[in-house]
Amino acid sequence: MPDLGKYADTVLSAYGLSALLLLGLLVMTLRRGAKVRAELAAVEQRVKSNG
Amino acid sequence: MSIWEYANPKKFLRTTERILPPLWLVSGVLILGGLIWGFFFTPDDYRQGSTVKIIYLHVPAALMAINAWFMMLVASLIWVIRRHHVSALAAKAAAPVGVVMTLIALITGAIWGQPMWGTWWAWDPRLTSFLVLFLFYLGYIALWEAIDNPDTAADLTSILCLVGSVFAVLSRYAVNFWNQGLHQGASLSLDKQENVADVFAYPLYACMAGFILFFLVLVLYRTGTEIRLRRMKALLARERMSDA
Repeated sequence: MPDLGKYADTVLSAYGLSALLLLGLLVMTLRRGAKVRAELAAVEQRVKSNG
Repeated sequence: MSIWEYANPKKFLRTTERILPPLWLVSGVLILGGLIWGFFFTPDDYRQGSTVKIIYLHVPAALMAINAWFMMLVASLIWVIRRHHVSALAAKAAAPVGVVMTLIALITGAIWGQPMWGTWWAWDPRLTSFLVLFLFYLGYIALWEAIDNPDTAADLTSILCLVGSVFAVLSRYAVNFWNQGLHQGASLSLDKQENVADVFAYPLYACMAGFILFFLVLVLYRTGTEIRLRRMKALLARERMSDA
């Protein structure tokens, strides 16, 4: 860990909040993508079986 | 082969399925590599101390906040002119990514500004135009959600995108237009005297490349999700009609 001196809180809070936002965006994107994919597969299956 | 082939949703999905895995990997390596390089292996600035390390987040996020809006503008214009649904969905998919980038730029800017300028916020031209751009992003997302008919939503959000582009341009060039305010000029310049020192610039380039690729993969993935959602709605509507 580098010595951040008197600005340690400043630098770490910037990195922490940015990581939180980027990871949040990534997780939400992947979860929504997986959910829509599964729902579409179920609808397509139902449409297919109903002819 | 023409770029318009990708306006076909099936072709778009097939192509993105193939190219997304390596793009995820490269964007992750560039962002993590650039941030680790910048955080652990660069010296403090003689004036700003260790706060200079915030540059590796602030500048790439600000870059993408502005360019995401321009990408949305191009996609919206393609929708307005050629009526390709994939381009309208790509613009819709990019907005949440752009809003997060703008938020990161605003938050890291405030955190960085506090020790350097003695204030979290100032009504400086660049800061203010960035805040307005953030509000435009929120308005754009809200407008998509507020309108049921997707074609009408795409039309109206395209107009909003066109209007908001003024603030995207202002966000980029406010410092040059009004030579006042707290925010410094561009960190990167072709002029050696004005450009940040190489020791800071190289990890910054890696982070910028990583953020650009990360934006690209997120938009491609999210556009795929929007295309699937649109198909699902069409199937459900057809099902309801045949039931009635």
